[in-house]
Amino acid sequence: MASAKVVPVRTYVLTFIALLVLLGLTTGLAYLHMGVANTVLALAIAVIKMLLVVLFFMHAFYDKGLTRVAMVLGLLWLTILIVLSSADVFTRNWTPVPHDWGPDISLQQKTK
Amino acid sequence: MSVGVAELATRSRVHYLNESYGVKSWLLTTDHKRIAVLYMVSITFMFLVGACAAALMRIQLLDPAGAIVQPETYNKLFSIHGIIMVWFFLIPSIPAVLGNFLIPMMIGARDVAFPKLNLLSWYIYIIGALFVLYVVIYGGVDTGWTFYTPYSSTYSNSHVFAAAAGVFIVGFSSILTGLNFIVTIHKMRAPGMTWFRLPLFIWSLYATSIILVLATPVLAITLCLMAMERFLHMGIFNPAIGGDPLLFQHLFWFYSHPAVYIMVLPGMGVINELIAAFSRRRIYGYAFVAFSSFAIAFIGFLVWGHHMFVSGQSVYAGMVFSGLSFLVAIPSGIKVFNWTATLYKGSNSYDAPMLYALGFIGLFTMGGLTGIFLASLSIDVHLHDTYFVIAHFHYIMVGGSVMAYMGGLHFWWPKITGRLYPDKWARFAAFTIFIGFNLTFFPQYVLGYLGMLRRYAVYPAQFQALNVLSTAGASILGVGYFIPLVYLIWSMRYGRVAGPNPWRAKGLEWETPSPPPRENFEETPIVTEEAYAYPTRPRPARV
Amino acid sequence: MSESAVTQAGRPVLEQHFADLPAQEEARKLGMWIFLITEILFFGGLFATYTIYRELYLPGFIQGSHLLEVKWGAINTAVLIVSSLTMALAIRSAQVGKRKSAIIGLLGITAILGVVFLCIKFILEWRTDYLHHLVPGINFDYAGPHASHVQLFFLFYFFMTGLHALHVMIGIGVVLALSYLTWRGRFSPHYYSPLEVTGLYWHFVDIVWIFLFPLLYLIGGR
Repeated sequence: MASAKVVPVRTYVLTFIALLVLLGLTTGLAYLHMGVANTVLALAIAVIKMLLVVLFFMHAFYDKGLTRVAMVLGLLWLTILIVLSSADVFTRNWTPVPHDWGPDISLQQKTK
Repeated sequence: MSVGVAELATRSRVHYLNESYGVKSWLLTTDHKRIAVLYMVSITFMFLVGACAAALMRIQLLDPAGAIVQPETYNKLFSIHGIIMVWFFLIPSIPAVLGNFLIPMMIGARDVAFPKLNLLSWYIYIIGALFVLYVVIYGGVDTGWTFYTPYSSTYSNSHVFAAAAGVFIVGFSSILTGLNFIVTIHKMRAPGMTWFRLPLFIWSLYATSIILVLATPVLAITLCLMAMERFLHMGIFNPAIGGDPLLFQHLFWFYSHPAVYIMVLPGMGVINELIAAFSRRRIYGYAFVAFSSFAIAFIGFLVWGHHMFVSGQSVYAGMVFSGLSFLVAIPSGIKVFNWTATLYKGSNSYDAPMLYALGFIGLFTMGGLTGIFLASLSIDVHLHDTYFVIAHFHYIMVGGSVMAYMGGLHFWWPKITGRLYPDKWARFAAFTIFIGFNLTFFPQYVLGYLGMLRRYAVYPAQFQALNVLSTAGASILGVGYFIPLVYLIWSMRYGRVAGPNPWRAKGLEWETPSPPPRENFEETPIVTEEAYAYPTRPRPARV
Repeated sequence: MSESAVTQAGRPVLEQHFADLPAQEEARKLGMWIFLITEILFFGGLFATYTIYRELYLPGFIQGSHLLEVKWGAINTAVLIVSSLTMALAIRSAQVGKRKSAIIGLLGITAILGVVFLCIKFILEWRTDYLHHLVPGINFDYAGPHASHVQLFFLFYFFMTGLHALHVMIGIGVVLALSYLTWRGRFSPHYYSPLEVTGLYWHFVDIVWIFLFPLLYLIGGR
């Protein structure tokens, strides 16, 4: 495409450096014990890295809205899958279960 | 039969069917119209295989103690019936046959965005079909089309892997078709063909393609996981190591519920075209109907747990899914109301396509309403796994989707083949199908309500009368499907030659010769009018 | 048709069903983005199941994660990040009309880094896990606490990294094929969409690993 934007090498290199820095950060943070914050931070950093790759390496920053809609849609659908499935698995013991349905209907009871 | 001038003109005119001859020109074609015909032949063949399984099942159920086969065989019959009808007939039917043929023509393009990928989709379909035919010949699969673990992954002794492989492979055919359609509709519309001038068929197929692209990959990975568990004993769903068989069901139904919308949305798209053409009117509430397709696609992804109300899923989740399942009826209702409004005081003619469209509206509504019963958690506890469910989805799949496919096939047959079929036989067949269908499946609502369970080769004697009625209906339905098979094939050689627009319908596809030339349009059309721009008739004054 | 680009070797590249070359290029890019969405959902099924099990069996998953070597995971992540850079630079070189050798060189480095990734994964990681009896379905034998959940963890580890590695292999193959086509003079500043589209795929494979690394290797504090 002769009319496509040419991204300067500097942008690519800066993105690259940012990615490596974030990699170091996420690896380093793993050696600290922060409970659930470990996971939250690790995922947050991963999301930022993903955005850097998508926006700059994959040109989504410069492209029309359709590609951004596409990515958002995919991630949204994945979220739907995870959230609604979890809505089942983690609420199984929210309602009382008759005794004769058998033991351990909720997986969470099994881990004891 | 004398050779008329028109026929001479057809014979001498070059179009997509005669522009090249020979097996290679068909097997290596990249013409979307030829690929559509390839699909048409393939899915018809698979339909016949699936129908044979159904016939054997209905014969078996004539006798409460089972008439012809052992329970193990019966399990294989319903499994292969489901697998073939869902993945090798219904899902490809309207999109891969009518969609492939018509989408480029309706938007004024010369082909789809990726013609070679289109051909690849067909080959992938064929390879998947070969796996399934292997299963049929070499002893069947008995897990049901739903492949539930742990039976499929651990205990079944049938050809689970080959069946799952066939379905996995054909899934990619669907994905690529959906991808092709989305890019085509976005990027290849003719000048002036804005989104709101598109035929509603295109809107429906666009929504279908989104579902194809988002849902089918999850099925693919689910089948992989099940296969891994079966072959490598790597039990992700194995309770012994803490796995949850219900997770298989979540993943499976995350795809398979939207899959039913893959099957019905294209049918609704066809009905739009049929109603518009045969009441000679713009579809009432065009924008509502267009957006309702997306509403169905979106909400359809949020309701899958209604297949799992009695599986051990949490009651809380069941309530959430139940509520969401009620919601999905709304956009479907919007469509039905808009079609009805279009029909009311339209200039209606009752050719075969219109009969199929009317049949669709009635039968889909019945199927849809019974879906509401099933969406209700408390009712479903009693009706789950009974014949009520079977009647419900056959009313939608057969009374809905298959009728829409038949209607579309009849409507666009002159365009696809350049021939007209015999009108009276077509109407007779439509009636036969309607009657046969209702005789087959309405008794099943009653049977389910009375408590007869599905997937059983034998049943309590008190249900025999209704089962016999259902089988009788099935034989009539079979005759009804056989008749078009005969006259449509007959028409390809002996039917009257069709002009470019035998129905005098609006739409870019009707502005080309029948059959169309390879490039569809001599020159790229420029669109200046709305969709369904039928002249509005002054209404006679009524008291 | 207003534009008809020709390859450096003189072959036309515009297909007859497209109005012009920009339309064709845009269509191909959109097609690849949609394909990547299907890949998100494909891997997504695994991510969803993994997420649920991790929530349920966190102690076992932490155990399992600690049996992996962070350094190899981190090095592999760096390897893929570098390869993404070289891929992006390769496409840019084609876009601005650099010499064939520059493009092929960058593509070559991308492919080599992909091979390095696979070597680290298969030889330094998987083989070690096999020797330590950590492969479910084949020789899994773990004596510590939460053994069954550790087994679940390793099921996910092998399946997810294996599926990812398969995608890397396919990517390497395509990159090598593109190197060959570049050498044959197929690309120019007017026509380089196969490179772009492959780049999108390669970056996506990188993104999947960007998520796999923390999810598999960095669970819980070490």
